[in-house]
Amino acid sequence: MPQRQLTGTRIRERRLDLGLRQADLASKAGISASYLNLIEHNRRRIGGKILNDLARALNVDASMLSEGTEKVVLDQLRSAAVEQNEIEVEIDRTEEFAGRTPGWAALVLAQARRIERLEGRVQALTDRLAHDPQLAASLHDVITAVTSIRSTSSILVGEEVIDRDWQTRFHRNIYEDSQRLAESSRALVQYLDAPTEDGGAPLSPNEEVEAEIEKNPDLLYTLVSGDRPELPYLRSRAAQSMMDGIFDRFAADVIKLPQGLFEKTAREMAYDPEKLARHFDVQIDVVLRRLALLRVEDGHPETALAICDRAGALTFLRNGAAFGLSRTGFPCPLWPIYEALTHPLRPLRQVVMFQGNDGQELLCYAVAVPTSPPSFEAPQLIEGVMLVIPRNPSAKRTELLVGPGCRVCQRSGCSARREPSILSEIEEVHQTF
Amino acid sequence: MAKRVLVIEDEPNITEAISFILSRDGWTVHTHSDGETANERIKATPPDLIILDVMLPGKSGFDILRDLRAEEGTSDLPVLMLTARGQARDRELAEKLGVTQFMTKPFSNAEVLESVRALARD
Repeated sequence: MPQRQLTGTRIRERRLDLGLRQADLASKAGISASYLNLIEHNRRRIGGKILNDLARALNVDASMLSEGTEKVVLDQLRSAAVEQNEIEVEIDRTEEFAGRTPGWAALVLAQARRIERLEGRVQALTDRLAHDPQLAASLHDVITAVTSIRSTSSILVGEEVIDRDWQTRFHRNIYEDSQRLAESSRALVQYLDAPTEDGGAPLSPNEEVEAEIEKNPDLLYTLVSGDRPELPYLRSRAAQSMMDGIFDRFAADVIKLPQGLFEKTAREMAYDPEKLARHFDVQIDVVLRRLALLRVEDGHPETALAICDRAGALTFLRNGAAFGLSRTGFPCPLWPIYEALTHPLRPLRQVVMFQGNDGQELLCYAVAVPTSPPSFEAPQLIEGVMLVIPRNPSAKRTELLVGPGCRVCQRSGCSARREPSILSEIEEVHQTF
Repeated sequence: MAKRVLVIEDEPNITEAISFILSRDGWTVHTHSDGETANERIKATPPDLIILDVMLPGKSGFDILRDLRAEEGTSDLPVLMLTARGQARDRELAEKLGVTQFMTKPFSNAEVLESVRALARD
């Protein structure tokens, strides 16, 4: 039996190891017990969100379920060995190490993962310190106030006599600047001293908005029902303003495509964005955003939505992690959303297979649309929108393979590669033995 | 006749402190707070030396410096640039554009005074 068909068996074994009933696990993962039964008997292929939810409920990595413990452990150990270059490791003896001392192997892996997480946080903080305009503005305010206080106070304590009017003026200036300094310092401390729930690096405004939407999906579903939800508490003003903008945009989409009618028609038209756009006489990007707001609980397909600007920077990402779309690092340039940017207004439909996602096929609809009026004076701004829907594998082989990002992508001979993979050395080791 | 210095800075309290120490040192001090109109002001009444902030409303200190160096009458005018942004790339940019001296905030009055005196001697 091919390895990928054993995912269900691994889920079942892990569930039994934990002493969980099917109904308990199904409930934790948000699926029905009968569906879980089909999955466990390898009669339904899964990937994406459901696999991730089950993995979370079973407290294991999704890859452990989809690829099997042994292979994953060996791959991860080899990966941990080559990612550092200070110690020469006997990579050819990885299997022997994992087999003879599984506890030590697990410890090495746990520590490698912890280092990776910590490095990610350090990188996020470094990026933030270097590029965050809000932080730069706060620091500028503090330095300006300090400069003024230092300069003025040193005049007052100098040996030369200063007339009373100037003294009064300078005292007032110091008082004003100290007030300003107190305000700027407080703002700066609030900004820096707000860790995420997991104690990680502070989020960027984009990440803060997306984390809030993920935590509270009802925000968008309230919009779908025609009401505007209250703006949730968000730490930064930038995030508040972005959330407000998202509410405006999705609310406008709902006005064009009201929930009841759209839901019914979407089902009838098998969620085909082109047919729906024609039927409702709206642009395809509106349909893509609207389809992303249909709920799995109501029997609609699971989806992910990505929106990027003309430079390819992701400005909105929902449910992306389930399908391998990520903000971290530089994403794979083969995702259809980037292709769409090169042909504004021309919709693209592309089936992709994401490397490392248990062979899950993803149906991607993407289109780029102008977001500014045409002008001789300024470049035309455009925005890419992509809807991703997982689908059962077809007999026909998928043409486009996408990856997480070049650094951790093992595909060889990819013409889109922008930097060598850190995993390529592992491949070479495999080939040697 | 006292030498004229033009302080281009949008923070009034910093401007006031610098003006005071320079006036007390015998300079005639003029001030200007708007980036957009700074080059016109310099052209209208050219000073002997300029103290220039980087972050100004309307036009940055870097742009003002670039335009100064492009003009024949001001291409050699001594410019002391003050900035809260002390990164190496800002200093490099200022030097590339032809700054005479670059100083990061918070500075001490003695440093400013010493630099201005030195620039006036050159």
